[in-house]
Amino acid sequence: MNKGRLTFIGLGLFDEKDISLKGLNEIKNCDKVYAEFYTAKLTGANISKIEKTIGKHVEILSREETERGDKILKSAKDKHVGFLTCGDPMTATTHIDLRLRAANMRIKTRVIHGSSIVTAVPGLLGLQNYKFGRTTTIAYPEKDYFPTSPYQIIKENKEIGLHTLVLLDIQADKERYMTANEGMKLLLKMEEKHGEDLFNEDSVICVVARAGSPKPIVVADTIKNLIDRDFNPPFHTLVIPGKLHFIEIEALKTLAQLPAQQIRKLQKL
Amino acid sequence: MGKKEDNIKKAKNLMNKLNYIRNIGIAAHIDHGKTTLSDNLLAGCGMMSEDLAGKQLVLDYDEQEQDRGITINTASASMVHEFEGSEYLINLLDTPGHVDFGGDVTRAMRAVDGCIVLVCAVEGAMPQTETVIRQALREKVKPILFINKVDRLINELRVTPEEMQQRFVKIIAKFNELLNRVVPEEFKGKWDVKVEDGSVAFGSAYYNWATSAPYMKKSGLSFKDIYNYCNNNDQKTLAKKSTIHEVLLDMVIDHLPPPIEAQKYRIPHIWKGDQDSELGKNMINTRESGPLALMITKIIMDPHAGEVAVGRMYSGKIERGQEVYVAGMPKVNRVQQVNLMVGADRIPVDYVSAGNIVAVTGIRDAIAGSTVTGDSDAEPFERIVHVSEPVVTVAVEAKNMKDLPKLIEVLRSISKADPSIQVDINQETGENLISGMGELHLEITDYRIRNEYGVDIVTSEPIVVYRESVAKKSTQKFEGKSPNKHNRFYIEVEPLPKNIVKALYDNEIPQNIKKHKNDVIKKLQELGMTKDIAKGVFSIQGLNIIADITKGIQYLFETRELIKEAFSGVMKSGPTANEPCQGLLIRLVDAKLHEDAIHRGPAQVIPAVRNAIYGSITSSDPIILEPMQKVFISTPQELMGDASKELNQRRAVVRDMINDKDMVNIDAKAPVAEMFGFASAIRSATGGRVLWNTENLGFEPLPRQLQPEIVKQVRERKGLKPEPNPAGYYMD
Repeated sequence: MNKGRLTFIGLGLFDEKDISLKGLNEIKNCDKVYAEFYTAKLTGANISKIEKTIGKHVEILSREETERGDKILKSAKDKHVGFLTCGDPMTATTHIDLRLRAANMRIKTRVIHGSSIVTAVPGLLGLQNYKFGRTTTIAYPEKDYFPTSPYQIIKENKEIGLHTLVLLDIQADKERYMTANEGMKLLLKMEEKHGEDLFNEDSVICVVARAGSPKPIVVADTIKNLIDRDFNPPFHTLVIPGKLHFIEIEALKTLAQLPAQQIRKLQKL
Repeated sequence: MGKKEDNIKKAKNLMNKLNYIRNIGIAAHIDHGKTTLSDNLLAGCGMMSEDLAGKQLVLDYDEQEQDRGITINTASASMVHEFEGSEYLINLLDTPGHVDFGGDVTRAMRAVDGCIVLVCAVEGAMPQTETVIRQALREKVKPILFINKVDRLINELRVTPEEMQQRFVKIIAKFNELLNRVVPEEFKGKWDVKVEDGSVAFGSAYYNWATSAPYMKKSGLSFKDIYNYCNNNDQKTLAKKSTIHEVLLDMVIDHLPPPIEAQKYRIPHIWKGDQDSELGKNMINTRESGPLALMITKIIMDPHAGEVAVGRMYSGKIERGQEVYVAGMPKVNRVQQVNLMVGADRIPVDYVSAGNIVAVTGIRDAIAGSTVTGDSDAEPFERIVHVSEPVVTVAVEAKNMKDLPKLIEVLRSISKADPSIQVDINQETGENLISGMGELHLEITDYRIRNEYGVDIVTSEPIVVYRESVAKKSTQKFEGKSPNKHNRFYIEVEPLPKNIVKALYDNEIPQNIKKHKNDVIKKLQELGMTKDIAKGVFSIQGLNIIADITKGIQYLFETRELIKEAFSGVMKSGPTANEPCQGLLIRLVDAKLHEDAIHRGPAQVIPAVRNAIYGSITSSDPIILEPMQKVFISTPQELMGDASKELNQRRAVVRDMINDKDMVNIDAKAPVAEMFGFASAIRSATGGRVLWNTENLGFEPLPRQLQPEIVKQVRERKGLKPEPNPAGYYMD
C-alpha cells in the first residue's frame, strides 16, 4: 500500500464559510490542494478568499485538466491530495470517474460532504425530498444541439405525481449562467416542440436563486408571473411541482409567497 | 444601325419566345477546334467581322488563353439565326477542352439543354470525347455531332471519297456507342445521331464550311462536289456555298430542344424540390411569370464591373434593383446590372427571363454553382458534379509580406470564380494552399495571381492530394470515450463497396438525407446494402457514409447532430495523414450515454465519436489512396522506345497499345505524383514529335511499400509527428 491519498472535499453552496469543519481540518493535512470551478462556483467568494480561509495555495484546474485527471492522480500517488469542488463532490457533478481511477491505482480515497443544491432547493421551498423524481438539467442550446430530454423527464415524474428539480446550465469558462427566466423560456419552447400539454404559462413553477446565501429568493407562482421577473445574480434553480402534500402547499404559501388563487387551484388537484 | 446592334435588338425581342430559343454548348477533346467553331458561328451571325473569325478567337478573350492557344474559361454569347422563315435566339456557352478544367465543363453543361460535340476527322473519338459525352448526359443535355477538320483528311491524308465515308461511319458508330453507354433510359435509342436526319454534320471550322444530309439537299451540293472543292484547294467557294454557321445552327435548331421542352425533363433531374410546388411547376414550364430561379455556372472577374455572375434562368425574370437570395447565404443581394453576353461584350438589358442565359452584377454572395432565388428558403439546385476533383496542391506565399492581405483577398476571389480551385488560407503561418485539377490548372492560376491581380508570389513545387481509407472490415467495435468518461460510443468501419462509392461520386444519392430518407434507403438497397444498414444511414460526407444501427438507446437521438459533426470532421481529415477519407462505411453499433443532458453536450460527444472513428480506422488496416491519371500517347514507331522509357520511370502501367499505320497509340495509367514534369521530359526525349494528353482517373491504393514513406512526408509537411498514432491512443 502506498501512502497516496485523494480526498474529495465539498465546499458547499455559497461562500468560503460553507465548508465543513472536518473539510477544513482535512485540507490542513493535505500536501497539495486542487480545485475545479467549471461545474459550479461559489458566487459569494473568490479564490483568494478561499485560500485565505484554508491557509493554503490552491491550484485551479480547467475542465480539460480535471477530465484528463492525470495531474491529480500523479500527485496523489505519493502525496495527500485534496480536491475541492462546489456543493457535494459526488452530487450533480461527475467526479466519480476520478475516484474510481484513483481506487484502481490503489490510492486511498475519501469524500467529505458539503451541502448540495439537490437538497438545498427542496429544503428552502419546503418540498419533501421523498417526493422528487429524477433531476434534470436544461442545457444552453447550441448549433445543432437542443436536447429536450428534460421535458420527457418532467413528464415521467409528473405522471407519478413527483416534483422535478430542474438545474440550469453553468458554463463557467464563458461566465454564462442560465437564469430562471431563460430556463422557463426554454421549457416553453420544449412544450411547443413536443406539444404534450405538460405545462403552459399558467402552470405553477418554483424558482430558487442563490441557495445558501444570506438572501436567497424563494418563490412559487405561475410561469406567466415569473418569466420576466429579475432574480438577480446566479445561480438559479427551478422546480416543477408534481402532486403536492398539504404541508407542501402550506410551505409554498408561507415560504414562497404562492398566491391564494393558485393555492385554491392546487388544492383541487 | 450595324449588324451587331441590329442583332442585339432582335435578341432582346426573342428572349421570351420560348420555342425560338436554344441554349447550347460546344464541347470536344482538346484541339478538335471548338473555339474556331464558336468564332465562326458568331461571325456568321454578324457578331464579329468575318475576316477575323478563326483568327481573333473572341471567346478566348482571356489574354492568357490566346497565348496558350487553348480555352480556359467558359464565356457565353447570344446570336440570332433564321431557320425555315423564323428567327431564333441561340445562347452559346463555350467550354474549355483541357481536362485540367473539367470543373468548368460540368458547370457549363448545367446551363444548356443541348451540345455540339466536335470530333476531329483525323484523330477520331478521343478519351475526352467520351468524358464530354458523359458530362452532357449526366445533366440530360442532348449531344449532336460535328466531324471537324475534314479538309485535312482530303488534303493531308489524301483519302479517297470511299475511305472518307468509311471513316465517318466509324466515327458515328463510336459516338453512338459512347452515347449509349450512359444515355438516360428514357432517351435510349432516341438520341442516337444519324447522317440521314441531319444530327451529324461534317466540315472544317477553320475554312468556315460544313454540310449535312439535309443541307446537301437544300444547297444541291453533293458529297462529290465537296470532295472536289477541297481537293482543288477552293474551300473559299465552299465556305460561301455551304457556310458553317448556316449548317450548324440549322442543325442546332432542328435537333436540340428549346428550353420549354428541355426543362420538362431536366428540372426533375437537377432540382430535387417538390415538383408540384409553385416554384417546381414554374420551372418545369419555363414561366417568366413564376418566382425567380437562376443557376449560376460561372463567375467572371471584370476589371471594371467586378464579379459578373453568368447563369441560366429557369423561372421568372431578373431585373435591375431586384432583391435576391443566394441559397445557403443569409443576406439579401441587390441586382445591379442585367446583361446579355456577346463574346467579351456585355449588353445591358432591362431584364432577362426564364429559359435564357444571363450575366448579372451585384450578386456578391454567388459562386459558380450557386442557386439564386427570390425566397431565402427555396430548395437549391442539385450540387454540380465535378467529374474531376482537385488532385494537386501548391503552397503560395506573398513575396513581400505587405502583399499578404491582398493575396488572401485574391485567393478568395479566385476560388469563388473557379470552385474547382480549392483554397486553404492559414492566417497564422501565412502559408496558403491552392489545390486544383492538375499541374497546368495551377500554373495558370499562378499566372493569374501574378499578372491579372498583380501580386508577386512564391509557389512551392506541386504536391499531390491523397485520400485515406481502410483495407478491411473492423474485427471488433472500437470504443470512444467522452472526456468526462460518462459517454461511450462504439464504432465499426469497413470499405464501402465500389458501386456505392461510384453512386456517391455520380451524385446519385441525395445529400439531404433527412428530406429524402426513403429515396436514400431504396437506392442503397438497390446497390446491395442490407436493409438494416440502409435504414440507419444518417449522413454522407464526400464519398463516405455513416449509419446508426443501434436500437432503442435512450437520448441517442439528441446527440445525432453532434455525431454528424464528429463524422464530418474525421472524413475531412483522417487519422493517418490528416488527408480526406474516401470510401468508408462507418457504423455506429452501440452507445452508452449519461442520464443528464448537461453531461453529454457537444464538448463530450464530439471528441468521443471522433476518437471512436479514428480508432476504428487505425485498427482496420488503414491505407492511402493516390490520384491516378490516364496517359494517352500517340507516337511515331521509331520513338516508341523513348516514350515507353519515360513512362516506365513513372510507375506507369500500359493498358493498351494500338498500331495505327506508322503511329503507335499507348493507353497507360500512372500516378499523378509521378507525372510532374512529364511535359518537358517527353518533349526533350522525343523532340516534341509525340502527342499526348492526360485525364484524371480518381484515386487508387498506393503500393504498400511506399505508404510509410509517403505518410511520413505528408505528416512532416503538416507539422505532425512522423508516425501516425497507434489505435491505443484513441482509447482514453
